[in-house]
Amino acid sequence: MSLIVDNLTIDHGAIRAINNVSFKVPKNKLTAIIGANGAGKTTLLRTLSGLKEPESGSATWNGESILNRRTEDLARSGIMHVSDGKSVISELTVRDNLALSGLWRKDKKDVSNATNEVIEIFPILGQRLGQISGSLSGGERQMLAIGRALIARPKLLLLDEPSLGLAPLIIGQIFQTIKSLVTKMDLTVVLVEQNAVGALKIADEGVVLNLGSVVAVGSADTLLSDPVVRSAYLGF
Amino acid sequence: MNQFITAVLTSLSSGAIYALMSISLVLVWRSTRVVNFAQAGQAVFTTFIGYEVTIRTGSYWVGLFVAVICGGLVGAIIDRFFMRPIFKRVKSGPIVMIAPVVATLGLLGLIQSVIGFIWGFNYVSIEAPVSTQGYKLFGTVVAFSPFNLMVLIVVTIAMLLLTLLFQKTNIGLALRASAFSPEIARLSGIKVDAVRTLGWAIAGAAGGLAGMLYVPGSYLHPNAMDVLLIFGFIAAVIGGLDSLFGAVAGAMVLGFAINFAASYVSYKLVFTTAFALLIIVLLVKPNGLFSSSKGRKD
Repeated sequence: MSLIVDNLTIDHGAIRAINNVSFKVPKNKLTAIIGANGAGKTTLLRTLSGLKEPESGSATWNGESILNRRTEDLARSGIMHVSDGKSVISELTVRDNLALSGLWRKDKKDVSNATNEVIEIFPILGQRLGQISGSLSGGERQMLAIGRALIARPKLLLLDEPSLGLAPLIIGQIFQTIKSLVTKMDLTVVLVEQNAVGALKIADEGVVLNLGSVVAVGSADTLLSDPVVRSAYLGF
Repeated sequence: MNQFITAVLTSLSSGAIYALMSISLVLVWRSTRVVNFAQAGQAVFTTFIGYEVTIRTGSYWVGLFVAVICGGLVGAIIDRFFMRPIFKRVKSGPIVMIAPVVATLGLLGLIQSVIGFIWGFNYVSIEAPVSTQGYKLFGTVVAFSPFNLMVLIVVTIAMLLLTLLFQKTNIGLALRASAFSPEIARLSGIKVDAVRTLGWAIAGAAGGLAGMLYVPGSYLHPNAMDVLLIFGFIAAVIGGLDSLFGAVAGAMVLGFAINFAASYVSYKLVFTTAFALLIIVLLVKPNGLFSSSKGRKD
């Protein structure tokens, strides 16, 4: 079970955001897709979760095409996308936000179990269940967004810039939690990040995007130690 | 004293009907960002069906039940086969904002023409199930009847049911989530299109109920709900457009303003008061008297 992206091309308005991109995300691994602002990372993720239509190319999960499908159908089939900007519904309580991903699930007992597991992973959410989500801190909102996705028992988790706007200490905690989810929740994770070094440190594999094209692919350790990648894309 | 009590009671009764229309507009607005002008036509159409059923069965209550159900069906059909294709086809350019609203205006004209074709353009009436003669208070007949009381009770029950639906059920949570953030709702696996259609259905049912409660005190004809649409819209704006609580509160503010102006000054001031109130609210608090960007739970 893996995610295979092949020759994918995506336009963002008049701009070609992703140009003939190909890479593979192995099962039960954490793959970081890194690149500067405008590299096309978010556009790529939005296409993989059905929020955007591609121009050409293919993307398969478990051998099945995932392009041009409805976002909600992909979510129900186990592909959960946590979009950037701390994607929680501010007007709803923490409890209601968590409940969203379990509304359509038939196994209500497992929804309850998954909710308990999420609260174990993010104990602060348990203390805030009745609170309006708009009043949470940035880190708590990110935890809630990830927690909501986990309640659907996803197989593939697409995370868009979870570190955006967070304090360094919180980023460290969130990254460690994301890493632990791979084994704890039997997940394959795609982590899109501008924080390239932080992402590659916890990732198994890495894909470096620049101006819509893949410029390097390999194990995270290899990419981190590659002097060309380091100086051109990691900034040290 | 009688005048004051009468004004309060009639304010509550008419405010309750405005609230239903206001809610039906708010439900559509907050889920699709469309001001549904067709709501007046939908409500008249389903009220005519209710009228037809009332005549044939001899029961106002059967007529009301059928009107509410048909209101829901018409709302769902309009969204599924009219609005949803428009949203899918109109994707870019300045027409994006205006196309759905203009479409509802076109739909209003179309529905009213169809009603005229089927039932004609004459005024008809529906007999109220209880007396429309005012109660006697301190020896004087006041402008508040058992029918007005019935309207208050029916609308209160409808509001309680809507509150329960939105606050205590999974469907209500899906409706709220889809209205606040369709994208996050979709990413969470909620079928937002179907949920929106349900929102249109509930709005249509509320409009059907408003029509059946409005007509026994008035007359039914193809344009019968135009005034109700205007008052419902003003109430929605006063309430902040996005909130169901605001829709009800705005309708009550409007009901009180209109009835007190009519009772203490002149009935000729009904429209002047309504529009003056609308303009004052827009100038002083354009987001509505009861809007709140955070913490809204309805």
